[in-house]
Amino acid sequence: MRVVGPVIRRRNEEAAGALIGYLPVGFPDLDTSIDAAVALVENGVDVLELGLPYSDPVMDGPVIQAATQQALANGFRLADGFEAVRRITERVDAPVLVMTYWNPVVQYGVDRFADDLAAAGGAGLITPDLIPDEASEWIAASERTGLDRVFLAAPTSTDARIRQAVERSRGFVYAVSTMGITGARADVDAAARRVVGRLQAAGASASCVGVGISTAAQVAEVLEYAEGAIVGSALVHALAEGGVEGAGALAAELARGTRGE
Amino acid sequence: MALRDQTGPYFGDFGGRFVPESLVAALDELGEAYDLAKLDPAFGAELAELGRSYTGRPSIITEVPRFAAHAGGARVILKREDLNHTGSHKINNVLGQALLTKRIGKQRVIAETGAGQHGVATATAAALFGLDCTIYMGEVDTERQALNVARMRLLGAEVIAVKAGSRTLKDAINEAMRDWVTNVETTNYIFGTVAGPHPFPEMVRDFQVIIGEEARQQVLDLTGALPTAVAACVGGGSNAIGIFHAFLDDAEVGLYGFEAGGEGAETPRHAATITKGRPGVLHGARSYLLQDEDGQTIESHSISAGLDYPGVGPEHSWLASLGRAQYRPVTDAAAMDALRLLTRTEGIIPAIESSHALAGAIELGRELGPEATILVNLSGRGDKDMDTAARWFGLYGDEEQA
Repeated sequence: MRVVGPVIRRRNEEAAGALIGYLPVGFPDLDTSIDAAVALVENGVDVLELGLPYSDPVMDGPVIQAATQQALANGFRLADGFEAVRRITERVDAPVLVMTYWNPVVQYGVDRFADDLAAAGGAGLITPDLIPDEASEWIAASERTGLDRVFLAAPTSTDARIRQAVERSRGFVYAVSTMGITGARADVDAAARRVVGRLQAAGASASCVGVGISTAAQVAEVLEYAEGAIVGSALVHALAEGGVEGAGALAAELARGTRGE
Repeated sequence: MALRDQTGPYFGDFGGRFVPESLVAALDELGEAYDLAKLDPAFGAELAELGRSYTGRPSIITEVPRFAAHAGGARVILKREDLNHTGSHKINNVLGQALLTKRIGKQRVIAETGAGQHGVATATAAALFGLDCTIYMGEVDTERQALNVARMRLLGAEVIAVKAGSRTLKDAINEAMRDWVTNVETTNYIFGTVAGPHPFPEMVRDFQVIIGEEARQQVLDLTGALPTAVAACVGGGSNAIGIFHAFLDDAEVGLYGFEAGGEGAETPRHAATITKGRPGVLHGARSYLLQDEDGQTIESHSISAGLDYPGVGPEHSWLASLGRAQYRPVTDAAAMDALRLLTRTEGIIPAIESSHALAGAIELGRELGPEATILVNLSGRGDKDMDTAARWFGLYGDEEQA
């Protein structure tokens, strides 16, 4: 199984760390979203985070909301998510995590979802609205299938919750860099550095920082203290404006941040 | 255990906290502040005094015999939450949460609103307590409830019209949650109904149970007996849980929640969540939900903005699963007929939301017969609905078309 831990370790040995790129499935259409994800990897993204469009995405800012709403309006179905994972992993070696809100997984069936994701070649799940406290079914299913499970840690998380996120996550812990929803910001919050420090003190093997990162300089800054940098809205914006080529070009630029350029 | 003793986070298989990690600390802070406040007699006394001297509690009950003549001859008694300051039951909850906001020491409050009643109540409390206030309202609802938008702005609140998704209550909640995730350190979210993540379903319920506690005694005093049935409309379900709760362990009292049947529960255009939905996760809780096969939320429809919501509070899902309460759909047309009937027979103009409970009471009265006593929660007044009613009944033209 192609999980993310070894890739993040390798990138921290040979470079400053890992670059994780997010795109939603089905935007602007299924084939283009697959081509764009492949282009990210070909241009230096180490781990893919594929978002499944959802009707009520409370963690997402306007750029990703607009893209996922368009995907839903175009008729996105959960089956497209598994197809995208399969077609991407056939073409590139990078591990593919799926980012999904929880209700679609519940309705599909947690075990069935885990089985089908593993069969498609997926690495695991990032669950923005599922906290470990409510995740017993998913923890059991991911233990059984070997899938990664990425929980979030926030600047407001207590020490006990930081420890819980470390203990329950596998692959990495997603450190929310600033209080807020997804979207590019001029300054990545100093809070990110503190969250990562607390995660490391709690024994995290890998912490990746997301929310608000859009430039190579920010990637390089984050990788000074974290094992990975996650870029979402900026890539979605690049895809919307410049197509597959535009998304690939931004990925290449962002990847310079992993080499300290 | 008595049904009344059930607390969150879980009501049977329903409830919980399905939220971003960023919100957990705020929910814990709110829950802890609430648990402490519950034990503090000074908090209860302050809230009761506000109820008495600001809201106008206890609200009266009114028996409506001319209306009841259309309901199989059963006795029909209205609990008059429409007479509260700001015009609905929403103020009961808002004053409690505004007091908690002061205790937590936050200076800004946010809220979602559908019909505008919860937004008006929140803006009112913010004015009373000197808090900054932002209200999220679906763009569709700002259009059909323009009067309430003006009220909120006059009260000093910022009203943000939400253009995402179906542009109604569910999207207003999404946007309010995004605001809260971003500003949680300075901001308290005054949630308007008994849905959402723990502690909201339990806390909002506790602030609303005064409706049923008063009404249970008032009906006993008037009739010498408990009512045969209690009827309330259900969107998220706060007025319904408020009037049901005092009767939960009175097994002989039937509890009936009336959901918005829209153009018909058999059509795609309704908001009959328990009648037609199935369990799922939305807005932080597991509960009944209108959703497609993939778990995408289906847009609801109701002529009543306050009931136009594809989810429902988890305690209602639990009561439905136990069979303790029954939930039935009432169409737009039946609700509007009931609105006009109460207005013409009793001189009381109800909110369209509450008119669903009135239509349900007519149906119940015909089933239960003249021996029955039906207590109806008249949760709000109809002033805000005059434009909708005028269009529905054709009251704006030169000739009366209705």
